[in-house]
Amino acid sequence: MQVGIALWGVAVLLGTAVAASLLQRSRPATALTYGICLVACLGILAAACHYLTLSAAPPQTLRLPFGLPWTGAHLRLDALSAFFLLVVNLGGAGASLFAIGRGGPATAPGRVLPFYPLFVASMNLVVLADDGFSFLLAWEFMSVSSWALVLVHHHDPNNRRAAYIYILMASFGTLALLLAFGWLAAGSGGYTFAEIRSGSGTLPAVVLILALIGAGSKAGLVPLHVWLPLAHPAAPSHVSALMSGVMTKVAIYGFIRIAFDLNGPPAWWWGVLLIVLAGITCVLGVLSALMQHDLKRLLAYHTVENIGIIFLGLGLALAFSSHGLPAPAALALTAALFHVLNHCLFKTLLFLGSGAVLAATGERDMEHLGGLIHRMPLTAFAFLTGCMAISALPPLNGFVSEWLTFQAILLSPELPSWALKLLVPAVGAMLALSAALAAACFVKAFGVTFLGRPRSLAAERATEADPISLAAMLALALFCLLAGVLPGLCIDLLAPVVLGLSGARMPPQSTLPWLSIVPVAESRSSYNGLLVFLFIVAGSLIAVDVIHRFASRAVRRGPAWDCGFPLASPSAQYTADSFAQPIRRVFGSVAFLARERVDMPLPGDRRRARLSVTLRDPLWEVIYVPLAAGIAVAAERFNHLQFLTIRQYLSLVFIALIGLLLVVSIWT
Amino acid sequence: MDLIVAPLLQGVQMFAVLALAPLLLGYTRKVKARALRRAGPPMLQPYRDLLRLMRKEVVLAHNASWLFRTAPYMIFAATWVAAALVPTFATALPFSWVGDLIAIIALLGSARFFLALAGMDIGTSFGGIGSSREMLFASLAEPAMIMIVFTVALVAGSTQLSSLAAFMQDNVDLRVSLGLAAAALVIVAIAENARIPVDNPATHLELTMVHEAMVLEYSGRHLAMLELAAAVKLLLYVSLIACIFVPWGLAAPGSGPTAYATGAMLYLGKLLAGGFLLVLFETSIAKMRVFRVPQFLGAALMLGLLATLLLFVSRSF
Repeated sequence: MQVGIALWGVAVLLGTAVAASLLQRSRPATALTYGICLVACLGILAAACHYLTLSAAPPQTLRLPFGLPWTGAHLRLDALSAFFLLVVNLGGAGASLFAIGRGGPATAPGRVLPFYPLFVASMNLVVLADDGFSFLLAWEFMSVSSWALVLVHHHDPNNRRAAYIYILMASFGTLALLLAFGWLAAGSGGYTFAEIRSGSGTLPAVVLILALIGAGSKAGLVPLHVWLPLAHPAAPSHVSALMSGVMTKVAIYGFIRIAFDLNGPPAWWWGVLLIVLAGITCVLGVLSALMQHDLKRLLAYHTVENIGIIFLGLGLALAFSSHGLPAPAALALTAALFHVLNHCLFKTLLFLGSGAVLAATGERDMEHLGGLIHRMPLTAFAFLTGCMAISALPPLNGFVSEWLTFQAILLSPELPSWALKLLVPAVGAMLALSAALAAACFVKAFGVTFLGRPRSLAAERATEADPISLAAMLALALFCLLAGVLPGLCIDLLAPVVLGLSGARMPPQSTLPWLSIVPVAESRSSYNGLLVFLFIVAGSLIAVDVIHRFASRAVRRGPAWDCGFPLASPSAQYTADSFAQPIRRVFGSVAFLARERVDMPLPGDRRRARLSVTLRDPLWEVIYVPLAAGIAVAAERFNHLQFLTIRQYLSLVFIALIGLLLVVSIWT
Repeated sequence: MDLIVAPLLQGVQMFAVLALAPLLLGYTRKVKARALRRAGPPMLQPYRDLLRLMRKEVVLAHNASWLFRTAPYMIFAATWVAAALVPTFATALPFSWVGDLIAIIALLGSARFFLALAGMDIGTSFGGIGSSREMLFASLAEPAMIMIVFTVALVAGSTQLSSLAAFMQDNVDLRVSLGLAAAALVIVAIAENARIPVDNPATHLELTMVHEAMVLEYSGRHLAMLELAAAVKLLLYVSLIACIFVPWGLAAPGSGPTAYATGAMLYLGKLLAGGFLLVLFETSIAKMRVFRVPQFLGAALMLGLLATLLLFVSRSF
């Protein structure tokens, strides 16, 4: 019974959390804690994989005698939760393995060790929960434990601000989800998911919007993403990896569970809403990432972009389902879920890579790095693999899920709705734009961090990461490659999930010759990652061999050429900001109201010339600043309610009671 | 019979693109020189250049990394695989289903990714300038290309180039959307191949250079690989335009040797015509400032988007 194994894994994690808060903060205790987390994650991972590979396994349920007295805590393992268990624990295992090595928290382990297992356990519980109460409880544990992890380096005021904004947004999101479950329960009379499914929902539109706010704020959907680029980089690197690679996926799970499973048949405009938000999220996420020079913040903004890609797939799936087209819906949903897996793999890898760089140099700012490929060759290799995967380049995995999304977009002329007909191609263009900009951004991230000459002493003296951390990164890189060259197997693994949610599945892929993938029909489109990979490898090996054998293999080292004017100072290199300058000029003046000001002293004046760039975040200024001001004003107004006499309080309570009774009597 | 002939034809295509690419380059240079009333180098000069470069030793900068040394081969291989997937003289060759048009574009994207990284590896300012601008151009050219793919895929119901070409052969009709897509594809092809007015392939030591700035530090066999990859890419784009918009003469699978011979002859003719038109365009226009290029490419993106929207509105446009 796999759900039992998963529950034991969660229990072990919770036990570790308690034990870690009592244990001494010694080095072996740290390694032991992460080791137990690793084993627990691998155990749950094995159980989830086993469940997914069983063909048409029935859902497994479990009822624990705590929680709400009349409900208890219900747990359930079906194909959807098994897939997300796989994602959670794959990322969890990678991050735990990395943390056993030197990449673990160097400072204040006592602030990390108790919360880390709790964080992993609560993410597993969210995925397993089968009633509204346990879901929300686990969700809150997930928020609070990750908030505590964001606050590990609490001496930095920026981190405190990040944690404050995070906990505000998280509470707001949970509030929305609480209302969503309340609404669902009101329609069916119970909080368990089984009762909700069987009941008839009232006003499913309200539930969808509440779920979108609740899950979207956790996942980082624009305009609810503002906390994400602040909070994710502030945590220790292996926790950042979990928050970006895994926690956002748990949020996606929450949305899928409510929108596809609990909330009944979709309306046509749900897809429209999701597709619009997804398109904006993609482009704004990647453009913001391009403007960053903090490596971890850049990666966090890319999470926003990838969440947009996933939501685009989900929106297309809802649009197709609502018009009674199950086969294209299955394709779009497969694309979204495959991207969930892919993003978990490469984003965890990239954050771990940035963690290795941070551990080796103490720097997150790319402008102080450079040339690390010489001193950290294996880290550079793993990071490069992640960069290629996230930039959607074949033969790696990111390309496959984007390719599937494009194929789903190409099926959308079948949709009868005019709004979708006009919207989908425009959003397709936005997806293509964000993929191309992502490639630019990762040329910048890898090029400035790992290539060129070192820009600081720390970068010059960096040393390679330790073998355990490297093993974690290289294993994730290998998974990125495997998912890219064997996409058919992943798609077939997803088939029971998709079948359960959309009522159809993509045609079986793993039986096709040469392991190609053919989403619709072979005359329409096909892709074979394995052969592309083999052809590239063979092509380059043939070229190397022929040239070395018949032409020349002589190499001489010399100074750089640079058209005859090489400058000795490393500051003459292109920096992260100068790399992004052309893109900032083309896109930034609209998206960020970017202004460049050149202060050029007159001849004879010995001041330094200055170029200053100001970027503004219009979303922050339009939505959040007025909102915060409004709340402050309202709080000021209501403040005098705290200084009333007891008589006034009693009359206030009395009036409120009468008012509510009136409402109830008029309502019924 | 088919078991031997089909892979053989695939092999012929793979090596034909490799063998013809420098010739196309030499031909365009010759025509361009003649258009400017110069004698110009002989048409076979690119082959000689490549052989000479291959035989020379490589001079590497002191701080060149493994990425700098492996990138030329990867760029070459990715471009070669992409070019081998575009139908040249025949459709539905045995490996034509390995990747569709989107995969071909993405393979070229992989090649560009490595080229841009290689430009940043030595840490010189020219390399950075080239990489940064190349990625800016790519960030506009790639979505335009995807829009073109959408347009032709919506017309033909396939992103598979062989099916696409077969459909275009059988259904000859003038469509507004295809016209817009063709114009957009020409703009993208010019930008992707670093031709005038976007970039000047003949330039060196010029502040506006893009492609040449990235490969500035390369020498010897590495440079030969990059030059060959650039030549293959030019051939790829000419073949791509020919295969989508003038697909006549492409041999169908299982047809006789005469069909293949005709296909090959027509393909050569298409290459000559394509190269001639390219030169005609190049000699009649001046090079643009770097920040005019986004407008040029934005026009391609808008044309592609317009074509796709028209098709979403009605499939008969």
